[in-house]
Amino acid sequence: MTGAPHRFAPIQRLLHWLMAFCIIAMLFIGVGMVSTVAPKYLPLILIHKTLGVALLILVLARLALRLRLGAPPLPADLPPAIKLGARLSHLLLYGFMIVMPLLGLGMLWAAAYPVVLFGGIEIPALLPQSDRAHTLLWNAHVYLGLAFFALVLLHVAAALFHALVRRDDVFATISPLPQEERMNPAE
Amino acid sequence: MKLPGRPERSSLGALILIAAVLGCSAAAFAFTAGWLSPGRLTPDRMIAALTPPSGPPLGHRRNHAKGICFTGTFEANGNGVELSRAKVFVQGRYPALGRFNLGTADPNAVDATVRVRGLGLQISAADGETWRMAMINPPVFAVSTPDAFHDLLVAAGKKDPEAMAAFIRANPEFAAFAAWAKSAPWTASYAEEPYNSLNSFVFTNAKGDEHAVRWSLVPAATPVPITQAELDKRGPDFLEQDITERVKSAPQRWTMVTTVADPGDPTADPSRAWPESRRKVQVGTLVVQRIEPERDGPCRDINFDPTVLPQGVSVSDDPFPAARSSVYRKSYDLRASEAADYPRSGAAKP
Repeated sequence: MTGAPHRFAPIQRLLHWLMAFCIIAMLFIGVGMVSTVAPKYLPLILIHKTLGVALLILVLARLALRLRLGAPPLPADLPPAIKLGARLSHLLLYGFMIVMPLLGLGMLWAAAYPVVLFGGIEIPALLPQSDRAHTLLWNAHVYLGLAFFALVLLHVAAALFHALVRRDDVFATISPLPQEERMNPAE
Repeated sequence: MKLPGRPERSSLGALILIAAVLGCSAAAFAFTAGWLSPGRLTPDRMIAALTPPSGPPLGHRRNHAKGICFTGTFEANGNGVELSRAKVFVQGRYPALGRFNLGTADPNAVDATVRVRGLGLQISAADGETWRMAMINPPVFAVSTPDAFHDLLVAAGKKDPEAMAAFIRANPEFAAFAAWAKSAPWTASYAEEPYNSLNSFVFTNAKGDEHAVRWSLVPAATPVPITQAELDKRGPDFLEQDITERVKSAPQRWTMVTTVADPGDPTADPSRAWPESRRKVQVGTLVVQRIEPERDGPCRDINFDPTVLPQGVSVSDDPFPAARSSVYRKSYDLRASEAADYPRSGAAKP
């Protein structure tokens, strides 16, 4: 595409870092809350449900922006296999971001739990109680959650690899810091 | 990954840094998940302690496994509005659904062998907002903390009598419950039992005033004391037969009585009763109108999680509701996944 952006738009960068922080918090809260019987269980699960629904809304906005504004191209000298891996991993990250909240909501609905968020907002159930559906959705939420964390780690590793080892412009495209546009001389 | 040429010396440092970031992240995640802390009291460990030596009751609740469903009405008299803005306290009639049950992990327990009897209840407001609770008949809970409850289960599961003696020395609060278990009269009916929240909750009224409360369902039926030896002569399911027959002949009623704590009352410790002089407010009547067997009844698929609360009711500093919620959730996940082992009377559920 001609005229492809040099960096992600500011709104895309903002959403990326905001969601990155929230998603990592969600993954930690998720494994933390299901392994405790302490009083913090209740606030943790309330945050997990509320933030999960908020992230579902945010990822839809983010997806719309991505489809409309596009993404900066990957460096031309990146080996094709790495390029493919980058594209696939981003596709997977979007997939997790969309699917995880839906699985979470679905498993609660299928267990006949009322879904009440922070502030008493109640999400009406779109699924009837079902042992089979609950078990399927619950397992998917748990195991895909663990896979999501692994993929986030891979994503972080790749970002650091671009920034610290390859020292290409990939990290700068999403960097939260204001960038000196043409002050990026090759060493 | 194929690098352009050999990694330079400076890249080596970067690679080590990347490895350290990943390693620390993974370790923090494992720690948070409890994978590095075998001593942490998790819902899984609580359920393991609840599991009898013969194995878990597959497809059933992990505790209070034996029960029977009911439906009926909660008739609010309007007195509760002063304490809580919960919609079901506004004078009126609200659908109720629940389950009489026994405090045992054995779904086939002989009724006369189980000391603790319970009642799970769900009351729904007109807009569908639900309030779930799970109450039992002793006047105080056995222990002060979820950790002590785990210790109790472990000690009670041991053959060595010294284990229980050591538990009692470490948890003197157990004496009040033990005295009740030993000397309180038994009855021959679910309808003659009181059911107590034991845990304290916070009621918030429309003005925002907060009160710590406990509540009880006080039976309209007069309790008729009976010895356990007499009960032994009855059938293994006499409680279920009795309640079915009673409700068939007439609805059974309980008055919901809320007890309001004074400042300084032990709201965090369900093993300690509040003084009898505390203010009591009758907020309504539970009317049980229909009994249905659990296997295809409306209570089977409900987790009576006591933290499913309406606006106007919230948890207090009592640590048990959170612990119960966490463990009940796990129990629900397990029994739902074992649905094939549950003896439904109809065809397999789609």
